[in-house]
Amino acid sequence: MNAPENFLEKLKSKVVKFNLNGKIVEANEGDTILEVSEREGVDVPRLCYKKGYRGDGNCRSCVVEIKGERVLAPSCCRNVKEGMEVSTDSERATKSQKMVLEMLLADLPEVGHKWETEDGTKPHGELSFWASKMGVEARDELKEIRREAVEQDISHPAMFVDLSSCIQCDRCVRACREEQANDVIGVSGRGAETKIIFDTGVQMGASTCVACGECVQACPTGALMPKSLIGNQVVDEDVDSVCPFCGVGCLLTFKVRDKRVVAVEGRDGPANHNRLCVKGRFGFDYIHHPERLKKPLLRRKGVKKDLRHIEGKTPWQEVFREATWEEALRFASGGLKKLKDDFGTGSLAGFGSAKGSNEEAYLFQKLVRTGFGNNNVDHCTRLCHASSVAALLEGVGSGAVSNQVADVEKAEVILVIGSNPTENHPVAATWMKNAAKKGTKIILADPRLTQISQHAWKSLPFKSGGDIALLNRMIHVTIEKGLVDQKFIDERVNNFDELKKRVSDFTPEKASEICGISPELITEVACEFATSKGSMILWGMGVSQHVHGTDNARSLIALSAITGQIGRPGTGLHPLRGQNNVQGASDAGLIPMMFPNYQKVVDDEKREWFESFWGSDLDNKPGFTVTEIMDQVFADETDENKIRGLYVMGENPAMSDPNLNHARSALAHLNHLVVQDIFMTETAWLADVVLPASAWPEKNGTVTNTDRMVQMGRKAIEPPGDAMQDLWIIQKIAKGLGLDWNYPEANCGVEEIYDEMRHAMKESIWGITWERLQAEESVTYPCQSVDKPGESVVFTDKFPTKDGRVNLVPANPGKPDERPDLEYPFVLITGRQLEHWHTGSMTRRATILNAIEPGPTVYLNGKDMVKLGLIGGDSVKISSRRGEVKVLVRRDDGTPDGNVFMSFAYREAAANVLTNAALDPVAKIPEFKYCAVKLSKVKD
Amino acid sequence: MAEVTEVASFYHHFDILEDEQDCWDFTVRICEGISCEMGGANKLFSKMKSYVSKSVRVIKAPCVGRCEQAPVAVVHQNPIPFADKEKVVKAVEEKSLFHKEPLKIKHSREKTFVPTDFVEASLPSLPKDSPLSIPTVVNFEQYVENGGYEVARKVYQEEILADNIIATLEDSGLRGLGGAGFPVGRKWKIVKEQAGEKLMALNLDEGEPGTFKDRTYLERDPHRFLEGMLIAGYVVGIKKCYIYLRDEYHGCRDILEKAVKELTDGLDIELPQIEVRRGAGAYICGEESAMIESIEGKRGEPRMRPPYIAQVGLFGLPTLEHNFESLYWIRDIIIRGADWFAGFGRNGRKGLRSFSVSGRVKYPGVKLAPAGISIRELIDEYCGGMMEGHSFYGYLPGGASGGILPATMDNIPLDFDTLQEYGCFIGSAAIVIFSDHDKARDVALNVMKFFEHESCGQCTPCRVGTSKAGKLMGEKKWNSSLLGDLKQVMTDASICGLGQAAANPINCVQKYFPEEVS
Repeated sequence: MNAPENFLEKLKSKVVKFNLNGKIVEANEGDTILEVSEREGVDVPRLCYKKGYRGDGNCRSCVVEIKGERVLAPSCCRNVKEGMEVSTDSERATKSQKMVLEMLLADLPEVGHKWETEDGTKPHGELSFWASKMGVEARDELKEIRREAVEQDISHPAMFVDLSSCIQCDRCVRACREEQANDVIGVSGRGAETKIIFDTGVQMGASTCVACGECVQACPTGALMPKSLIGNQVVDEDVDSVCPFCGVGCLLTFKVRDKRVVAVEGRDGPANHNRLCVKGRFGFDYIHHPERLKKPLLRRKGVKKDLRHIEGKTPWQEVFREATWEEALRFASGGLKKLKDDFGTGSLAGFGSAKGSNEEAYLFQKLVRTGFGNNNVDHCTRLCHASSVAALLEGVGSGAVSNQVADVEKAEVILVIGSNPTENHPVAATWMKNAAKKGTKIILADPRLTQISQHAWKSLPFKSGGDIALLNRMIHVTIEKGLVDQKFIDERVNNFDELKKRVSDFTPEKASEICGISPELITEVACEFATSKGSMILWGMGVSQHVHGTDNARSLIALSAITGQIGRPGTGLHPLRGQNNVQGASDAGLIPMMFPNYQKVVDDEKREWFESFWGSDLDNKPGFTVTEIMDQVFADETDENKIRGLYVMGENPAMSDPNLNHARSALAHLNHLVVQDIFMTETAWLADVVLPASAWPEKNGTVTNTDRMVQMGRKAIEPPGDAMQDLWIIQKIAKGLGLDWNYPEANCGVEEIYDEMRHAMKESIWGITWERLQAEESVTYPCQSVDKPGESVVFTDKFPTKDGRVNLVPANPGKPDERPDLEYPFVLITGRQLEHWHTGSMTRRATILNAIEPGPTVYLNGKDMVKLGLIGGDSVKISSRRGEVKVLVRRDDGTPDGNVFMSFAYREAAANVLTNAALDPVAKIPEFKYCAVKLSKVKD
Repeated sequence: MAEVTEVASFYHHFDILEDEQDCWDFTVRICEGISCEMGGANKLFSKMKSYVSKSVRVIKAPCVGRCEQAPVAVVHQNPIPFADKEKVVKAVEEKSLFHKEPLKIKHSREKTFVPTDFVEASLPSLPKDSPLSIPTVVNFEQYVENGGYEVARKVYQEEILADNIIATLEDSGLRGLGGAGFPVGRKWKIVKEQAGEKLMALNLDEGEPGTFKDRTYLERDPHRFLEGMLIAGYVVGIKKCYIYLRDEYHGCRDILEKAVKELTDGLDIELPQIEVRRGAGAYICGEESAMIESIEGKRGEPRMRPPYIAQVGLFGLPTLEHNFESLYWIRDIIIRGADWFAGFGRNGRKGLRSFSVSGRVKYPGVKLAPAGISIRELIDEYCGGMMEGHSFYGYLPGGASGGILPATMDNIPLDFDTLQEYGCFIGSAAIVIFSDHDKARDVALNVMKFFEHESCGQCTPCRVGTSKAGKLMGEKKWNSSLLGDLKQVMTDASICGLGQAAANPINCVQKYFPEEVS
């Protein structure tokens, strides 16, 4: 890999001198001849070589002559040695280099798919590039005996396969097997019959391919191509930015032609090193979808808010009419202002977004706090990691991760719990799989045996809701066996004795009965975890989305703390963030109880600082959370905190909240709902005014990923029609509310807003200036100084708590709120699928993603299917005490007995109609991961 | 899933069926190695074609290592020497599908096979009219009765010291007899010096067309090889040995597995762990690093060197790799001394070579002759001259890869290092002799087709080069500049010896038989 850490290793390595084409050059021991040649400006052709990939040396186009050796050597695989005499341009070396190019070129068709130039004269990508550079043309006698053409494979929605253009260089195999660790692509046959295959030789579209597209990015000749960019590769502009989907934060390049994004390529970012997943690479065309909002819309007079509109079957013109920005803004802010004037500051609330930039999040919460005059601002973090953050703030004093995902490479044990990383954090999962291939032990603890289990050392499919028992038994057995790190506890941990006392309830028998994992297995993994040189914990929503979510996270903190598995490289705590900017939005203060950088609103000193910083009085009471706001809509008329007006920027509570019938009624019940989005979301259908906003590739701004990396996003194209930048809209609403902000007009003042935020968050991002981000693309916080890198590992000597020590909080023996019973015998687990993001508003409008995963399904195992008399593809009705949906059945034997799984991305079968709004008492996060349902077959 | 498919599809002896496809009951393989082709394999194949049915498949197969019995067919696992249609059809109809059990010595007075009895002579070879396709095998008791495993025991008890053995081997001039000719003593020394756990990999993938010496010895005398292996293991410090046997040697597999069992049951010294691994039909797996990949369960694709397998070999550990015959002589060299072995030789060369001679000579077979013997001497003294009605026209001094020489160059000493200047090498000492009934260009095309068939496909020069050359060499008048260019890139830029040597036939025909292709 080309991780920057190698830089240090190279510094340490010995310097050697050798002769390169008659010139004495210096190099580090371990450098390949090709690397050094490139550095020295010596051109050597290469095809099977790809920077960052393992050198394979099979194409032989880079062969060079080394004095004293009988045959030529591949410069991509041969390391330099002291005194070596290398000739890359001798007659003998060039003869073979050219012959290799000619042989390959002669076998390829005249028409290729990866044109280096617009006119198609260099049709085979890197092969044509090197052939033309070396002055090679295939002679006719060779072309006459060209190998037979192979039928093209167009079966995959995203990728095109033409093995007639294949040169058997293996780059796609290494991409698939060694980089992304998917093992879909292989080489079959031998000799001239050697060919690239998918799985057992099926068509790509019928294979187990997860469409990460690493292979098309790797293919040098155009045998594997993204369908959106076949032929001419010349584009108008390459715009470097960040992926808009998950929290991994992959850096990428938008390829722009004719004002449209035509393809996406992975870039060498610290979190992804050129890798992407199907969403990042192929899920970009939602921005060009005809349903993009292009004009502000006002609800037509007399058209009632009708929940049936959400289904999207009514033409929008019947419900809304187009308006000018002036009218729409006047109406939007006027409505909010009137409510505030009539009913007081308690009547308004705002939902910001973890999908927007840091600057947008910051400005939005500032608008609510200074314009609405309360702290009723929240976003979807409430629905994902609120409990993790609550436990972390209480325990270790910081809500962010202690170590970055890439640290798994340094770990000996990786505990993946309540997380399905190959689908939800696919690129992060590749690092885990890579580590596992090198011997790191993955322990998967999850009721579902997901894909990562195939790479796991041990899988613990515990009973849904049995996590507290499992984790506390692990803690107990660690203490029993004397495997705690006593020195660490003595020096850095509070409340160990209380923990020790409380976990003693978790006897092997009792814990096993609750969680369904044998005492021996629990002991084995606990011992491994405690005694390894480094044990990382990575967790997801399976931990947090429970009524005992905070207790789950507390247990993980305790496990790390008592074993001393925190505060060093390769060991620590990592709650995998979901949204691309959920970390940044939370940091920026998009949460009701805290100002930016987690400064509590109840803390007078902090509040006064912000009052003076913003020049505004601030409310000293924490605001309501997402779910509480929905309840407050139905508060008594006399309640001064009854929510009557709501401003929603880029969130979709009408899909993402639990018990949707309730949430949607609440939204419809509002006096005034302002929705700012890029599509007519389910929430927008209930709005009074809809403001067309900008998608991620249409704006400049920063985002912060799960690794605490602040990264620079850049505008690739303009928003469509009259759609406007979100920052512009927020500022206009602020103005309508009477706020006197004066950000510059250029770029909506994004740079100045960032700098203001930097001043408000000095402790974490002071050293990360806008200019620095422009230059470096990605900088990790905490970072105090512009000339120093940020700290990738934190808590190395103390925790940011009052006394610098971890506060252990023993967990209560929690159990899920709504257990299955005779009437509702199944447990419903909700979550995401690889192809669809969150509520689907973007991905279901992305052609390729929707083609791969076109409709709602429920996953259950084969045994349960037999019990219910179902076969795959059957239509079933799933009902809970709160509602029902109709979906198709999909067999998934990784789903445990008595459980079913659904993604919540589908409007036509919204899983959250079924879910239970029971809340974790501390973090107010709903129990999305557990409710009781029943299934019945629907006769067609 | 892809990994499984790619391995399965690499080897000839795995057939990947389509879903629902019916599988034939068994396959008849007609050897199309160069000696069998001269012996009439093509005719046999076309005659046998009418026997193809739903349950029987008839295909051509690369050299099965029975060149002295040409032409050869293999009915499932049953080799038919000196095959004709009648014999093959009989086996097919009788469903005689397996190699016959080896013969055992019945009387204690019966003399067991001892290779040194055949020094400077021909090894026993099957007579053409023999109903038996198998020789008699020396079992554990008989081998021990004749002093077998005594040397190994002494080495284990350190009555003979490791350093002395290495010195003896170095003095004897014994070199690797698989083809590369690396001095055995030096190899042991290098691997011995490696730190940590080491492994041994024994190369019984005798696939070079024209070569059958290892089989000839193994069919008769397996324990002498195993004793050599034990000695090597002890001297070098190895606890685990992998024996890789080519799949075509079905009879040998049986013999070897039994011999290993007899040995582990019968010898009361602490033996290394011994595993017999079966190949699956791939010439390239005779290349040492490809064999290692194959033992690891992968496609047999040669590795790039460095690192050398003595440093990073099987399962990433330092590995001592040896051809069967290299170890076969260890016991006798230790007993008789370095001078005994080095004392043979002609024309200034030293040592003994087991020449596998086939083609148009009267008595083909393994000839245990002095190193440096010339082809003329070999034909006249060991093979009873040319076959009736044939006159000597040319020869392959080193199997398919060692190049082709004309009869006019009949006095070159046959040994390592003596043939380089002629663009040839001796390799595993497989000598194929052709006559005025043959054409050098046909011989060259046969071996090029073989290389095309057997190329692993990994590197461009070999994958594309063998395939294109195979097409171009079929043309009446060769395109000599294009073939010349292919020759150069294959020789200079291929990863392994297969591709590097595959161009030798082009070169030799252009040089020594130009009139045939112009």
